[in-house]
Formats: sequence, C-alpha cells, structure tokens
Amino acid sequence: MTLMKSLMGAAAAVALTAGAALAEPALIFDLGGKFDKSFNEAAFNGAKRWADQTGKSYREIELQSEAQREQALRRFAEAGANPIITMGFGMADPLSTVAPDYPDTKFVVIDVTWLDAPNLRQVGFAEHEGSYLVGMMAAMASKSGTVGFIGGMDVPLIRHFGCGYAQGAKAVNPDINVVANMTGTTPAAWNDPVKGSELTKAQISQGADVVYAAAGGTGVGVLQTAADEGILSIGVDSNQNHLHPGKVLTSMLKRVDVAVYDAMKAGDEVETGVFTMGLAQEGVGVAMDDNNAELVTEEMSSAVDKARQDIIDGNISVVSYYENDSCPALQF
Amino acid sequence: MEKMPKWADVVLIPLISLLLAALLSALVILAIGESPVEAVNLMITGALGSTYGWGYTLYYATNFMFTGLAVAVAFHARMFNIGGEGQAMLGGLGVAMVCLYVPWPHWSIALLAACAASMLFGAAWAAIPAYLQAKRGSHIVITTIMFNFIAAAFLNYMLVNVMRPKGSMDPATARFPEAVHLPTLHELLAPIGINFSKAAPANISLLVAIFACFVVWALIWRTRLGYEIRAYGHSETGAVYAGISPVRITIVAMLISGALAGLMATNNVMGEAERLVLNSTEGAGFIGIAVALMGRSHPFGVFLAAILFGFLYQGGAELALWTSIPRELIVVIQALVILFTGALDNMVRMPLEKLFLGLRKGVE
Repeated sequence: MTLMKSLMGAAAAVALTAGAALAEPALIFDLGGKFDKSFNEAAFNGAKRWADQTGKSYREIELQSEAQREQALRRFAEAGANPIITMGFGMADPLSTVAPDYPDTKFVVIDVTWLDAPNLRQVGFAEHEGSYLVGMMAAMASKSGTVGFIGGMDVPLIRHFGCGYAQGAKAVNPDINVVANMTGTTPAAWNDPVKGSELTKAQISQGADVVYAAAGGTGVGVLQTAADEGILSIGVDSNQNHLHPGKVLTSMLKRVDVAVYDAMKAGDEVETGVFTMGLAQEGVGVAMDDNNAELVTEEMSSAVDKARQDIIDGNISVVSYYENDSCPALQF
Repeated sequence: MEKMPKWADVVLIPLISLLLAALLSALVILAIGESPVEAVNLMITGALGSTYGWGYTLYYATNFMFTGLAVAVAFHARMFNIGGEGQAMLGGLGVAMVCLYVPWPHWSIALLAACAASMLFGAAWAAIPAYLQAKRGSHIVITTIMFNFIAAAFLNYMLVNVMRPKGSMDPATARFPEAVHLPTLHELLAPIGINFSKAAPANISLLVAIFACFVVWALIWRTRLGYEIRAYGHSETGAVYAGISPVRITIVAMLISGALAGLMATNNVMGEAERLVLNSTEGAGFIGIAVALMGRSHPFGVFLAAILFGFLYQGGAELALWTSIPRELIVVIQALVILFTGALDNMVRMPLEKLFLGLRKGVE
C-alpha cells in the first residue's frame, strides 16, 4: 500500500513537472504587426527583455485577420501555453468565450478592463494622463498656436488619448487651436503610414506646427512627414524619439513592455484582476533622452514635472473621455 | 474518342499536380533553412492528428465546399464568378440580421431562416453583375471582382456605424443569442460515443454543405435547368438554336452561384464566430475558384478538393504557430497548390495525354 502510494506520488510529481515544463508563455500580437514601432513592438520589447534575462523562450504569433483571434487563443491554450498574453481591445470578445473554457490557463489582455473572468489579468493604462503632459509640451513648443492630433482607428480609446492631449494643451494656452483627425474606422487604420503622412500635410496646411500621433504603425508616416516638413512631432507607446533625432519633441510612453514583462516574469502564477497603470505607477509618462534634449526647455520640463506631481496628488484632474463619451476640450 | 481514361483525368492529374506543388514547396522551405519533412509532419499532425485538428480542417473545408460549388455552378454556364468573397460577406450580413433581430425559439428553425437569408443576400449581390452581363454585356469577371470591394466597404459601414453595439470599440456585431448557437461536431457525435474536440468549430453546417453538394449534382445532371445550363456553357449559339434564353440562363446560374456562396455564412458567421466581424470570409471566396478548378466542377470533386484545402489551411495555421516559417511563406505554399492544380493544368495534362495515346497505339 505504501509502495503504491509512493509510486502514485512519484507519478503525480512527474506529471506536475512535465506540465510546468510545457508552460511557456505565449504572446499574440494584434493586427498592426509585431514591428509597428509602437504598441505591438512595445510588447515585443518586453517579451524580448524577459527572454534575454531568463534565457527562456516564448511562443508568439502575428494575427493576419480578425477571424483568427479565437483560433490562436484556443491553439495556445490547448498546447498548454501559460500565461497567454494578448494585445488590444479586439481580443475582448474572443477572450470572453475562450477564457472560461480553460480555467487552468491564465490570460493577460492589454487595453481591456471590462471583462469578467477569474483567470484573466486585464491591464489598462491612464493614457489621458500621459497625453495631458505631452499636450502641455506641444502647446509650449508651438509658435503658431495650432497643434495637431492624428489618431489611428476612430474608437473611444483613441479619443481618450486626444482628449487628454487637448486638455493639456489648453491648460498651457487656453486659446490654442487643436486640430484632430482620425486615420480610419477599421483596424487597417493602425497600419497606414501613407494616410498618416497625408493627414500630417493637411494639418500643417491648417497651421499646426506640433503633431501628436496616436496611431500605431500609421504614426511612422506622421513622424516622417513632420520631420521632412520641418515641424515637431510626438510619438506614442514606445519611445520614438530616436526615429528622427532632434525632430521628435517627445513620446507619450505607454509601458506595454513593462506590463508584458511583468506578466511573463510572474509566469503561470500571474495575479489576475483589473489593473490600471497611470502616472503614479509609471505606466504612462513622457520620454526624455539625448535625442530630444535640445528641444525640451528648462521651462517645459519643470512644468511637466509639476503637472505630473499634481495629477498624482489629485490637484489636477484630467477628464477621461470614457466618463461620458465626450471631451470638454475637443470636438471629434 | 477520349484521349485518356477517365480515372487518369480525375485522379492522376490532380495527384501529379499536387506532388509537383509539394516538391516546389519543399524547395522553398529548404531555402529558408527549415526542414521540409518536419514541416509536413507538423502540418499532418496539426490538421489530421487529433479531433481538434480535424475539427478545424472540416470547418475550413465546409467554407470551401460552399464557395467551390458556387464557382462550379457558374463554370457550367461558362461564367467565371470571382465574386464569391463579396457574396459570402453579404450572406454573413443576412445571417447576422436574422440571428440578431429575430428571437428564435430553437437553433433548427433559426438555421433554416439563416440559410434562406444568406442565400437571398448572396444571390442579390450576384444579381447585379448577372444583369449587367446578360443585358449590357459588362464582363462578369470585372463586375464580380469589383463587387467584392463594394461588399467589403458596405460591410465596413454597417459594422462601424449601424450594427456595432454601443460602447464597443471593435467593429463587430454583438454576440448572437444562446438559442441560435449551432451544435458543433462535439455535440453531434457525443450521443454515438465519439468524443470529438470541444474547442473545434466544425458544426452542423458541414452537413448542410454535403447536402448542397448533392443538390448541385442533382440540379446540374438530373434537371432540365441543369441541362440548359450545361448546354449554354458548351455552346451559346447551339443553346440559342435550341430555344434556350441566354439572358435567363446567365441570370439563373449566377443567382444559384451567389446563393451558394452566401450559404457559407451559416458556417463561419453562425457556426463559428457567432457574431459578424470584418474579414469574416478570410479569402474563402477566392479559394473556391481553386477548389472548383481542382474538382473539375463536379460536386464530388469539389467535396474532395475542399477537404484538401481545409487541410492546407489548418496545416498552414499550425506552421505559423509552431515554426519560424513566416505566414507569408505559407501563403506561397497554398498559392503553389492553386497554381499547379488550377492554372498549370495543361502542363501535366498534355504529356499525360501523349503518354496514354502512345500506350494505346502500343496495344493496338
């Protein structure tokens, strides 16, 4: 009997370790593609940092179409990947059906905070707070009194970015003119640098001399055209200051890389629930480095530092677009 | 006199074409430094090695049966319907409307209504190019392919502005209610003791597709209309001489073709996604052309070719997940199969015909 017990125990231990050995994390990139220099690339950077530091490997796939989302999720879950990290709000609906089918697998989703599943870690960002800070910098750098905003797909998330940006700009200069355009209404808008470039030219003709791109891969075209036409631009998600040194005013950092890195580091023990990363948690921020040191004046950096502290302390409240689906500072 | 036996035409030519495509694909995989043997292994185990793999293979095959039949019917009337993609998209719209806006008591009734709606929408989308071809002589290839773009733009508008639930960011409709969920193969096979994977999307519309294959066979070879379609396809002047109206046959054949393409939506929209998303067709309308070519426009051939392409699709998805072979290369492999089985048909056929003629002479 005791022999039987110890044999069974050994078998169970072997089975458990076998399961643990299989449990490598998986990462599903959204439609913008892995190398969009922005949202998805930030996730890739976080995953790469984890892989380099631990020497472990992870699975990844770049989605090609909307319809693939559920299959990719199920396939990774069936193969025992854990945790499965997914990018973007498009994953919300597939996750809501797939996650309950695999209760032992942990799922992580970035940019979704409204689902209800016990094995799901949902990470949202306070993009309006970071955008507020870059909006202030844009208004201070602008000589023409007109600043631009170019969004990717026209969804509440991107309006949320634009709304924070406009509030920041108006906090510095109440008379400032904020021009806002969206690239499109479908996910293709995340990866359309040509349209981004056209919109930038249109905004320049309206007098904008600083443009903020919150548009994933489309932003590459915005930053390029801004640099070519001699105006300033602001990058998003990843630090994009290095793309055109001396011509990108700053980047609104959204630390997707940190969120992905943390999730991979925690492995299948990752804590589930809803997490919001704002200025206080350093989930969002402005990028300062050698590439934009000449552009950022003493006045700008002190004003931004003060505003950051004020937002964290609650002295400044940045209105979120989500609160009542409208923006006090900007009409879309 | 036939140049070669029927079995050579039906079996040997597709088989040789496939082998050639496989050979070339192997070279491509070798060139990027991966092992072709391992890739084939992965494709076979991934697509056919488990009920999960079979479930996806059959799911894709169901899509391709519908679009393949659609192209085949038009082929019989010597028309090239490249608009399967757009007709299937519109079919999806019809299914979504039926499932979302009508409270169905049971999935079986909902499936009948969804079939009717998807056929109606698909046929309506094919009707305009058909009319333009029949009455105005606008070439059907050009108009149907342009209608794919119009369908995509229209669906885009509907999903973004009309059917997207309030507060949702994703351009997709709400989920269909529980009552219209189609039984999957897991649920269908459980009573007879087969434990089919629960996660796989293959569902009862596979039976609808097989039924459609049978109906198309009966229509083309066992009815007067089918005879007229074939006669028109073989010789327009001959058909006119026999009193067959070209306008009527063109329009009727295209309506049937569009309805079959639209029917695909019962599988991908109602059976799998259970909501309407952008790009829900995933190119199945175009794969249908290859399926019809390979299946020699015969429903049974379409059935087999659809399963082959289902295997290629599912195997390709497995390759993308588990190897560093990029997705684009998998498209290349699929394209090679289409090229060899469809476009380069004569490359295999002519030497074979010579061979068989030579053999026959030897016998005589």
